[in-house]
Amino acid sequence: MKAKVYITLKDGIHDPQGRAVQQSLHTLGFEAVQDVRVGKCLEIELQDMEKEAAEIFLKSMCQKLLANMVIEDFRYEIVST
Amino acid sequence: MNIGIIVFPGSNCDRDCAHVVSAVMGQSAHLIWHQDKSVQGMDAIILPGGFSYGDYLRTGSIARFSPIMEAIIEFANRGGLVLGICNGFQILLEAGLLPGAMLRNTGLSFICEDAYVRVENADTPFSNQCEAGQVLNLPIAHAEGNYYTDPVTLSALQANAQIVFRYCDKEGKCTTASNPNGSIDNIAGIRNAQGNVLGLMPHPERCAEAIFHNQDGHCIFDSMLAALRGHTPLPA
Repeated sequence: MKAKVYITLKDGIHDPQGRAVQQSLHTLGFEAVQDVRVGKCLEIELQDMEKEAAEIFLKSMCQKLLANMVIEDFRYEIVST
Repeated sequence: MNIGIIVFPGSNCDRDCAHVVSAVMGQSAHLIWHQDKSVQGMDAIILPGGFSYGDYLRTGSIARFSPIMEAIIEFANRGGLVLGICNGFQILLEAGLLPGAMLRNTGLSFICEDAYVRVENADTPFSNQCEAGQVLNLPIAHAEGNYYTDPVTLSALQANAQIVFRYCDKEGKCTTASNPNGSIDNIAGIRNAQGNVLGLMPHPERCAEAIFHNQDGHCIFDSMLAALRGHTPLPA
């Protein structure tokens, strides 16, 4: 089964990378862009298991390694079983 | 004294630290591979700078789970002196031995230059040979040195004198202009509440001997030795 994990900076944490991307988009004429936040997306292949069990694994992986809870939030989804 | 210097894949200041410990300070430097599981016999530990595990995921996040780290956490919890320099500081943050986290520098660039830092607390095992308020000129070389912590933790760091070094100008004034990376409160180095673990972004090992024009980093190693020899009592 396959899962996707999204790691993003917490609200209120300054994201200079997102700001640079936003400015570049403005330069290209996409002036409607009001804010950009850059995060990470991880695609994880898991051995088949119950969805609930997979979610427990994913949460634990995020808390232990994939996200730094001081500065980042995470969410995950099972995309195929 | 026996000083252990941990070598992670991607560490690149390990030998610089070993050189300072042995050739400059006259002590025994022991390079300890990250797969080892013991720091037995060491009087102090240095986590050196570099790019452990290529800085993948987040700086220090993978090194933090190296087999040696359990021994280091145990050593630190017993009161052993642990100094983390640059990537070593980042690893200490990820390991939870120091509070907070590192963000990308506000200017996004990798910064490699000399920076002035002010000694905020000269009563630590890493700064007892400095004077409070003394301005040191130390090289920095990092892309993720923008120290961040939540307001409650920051207040605690300030109240407990855990901020040991802050970026400043030549005269010792901590201003926005003298903050190279956007660190909250101009923080360049902090210690833990117990006082036996210090992390700093600047590289004292790169300016600790007479052959360089600048020996400002020497006092940090000198302080550790003084603390280990018992000249300065270790904090309880």
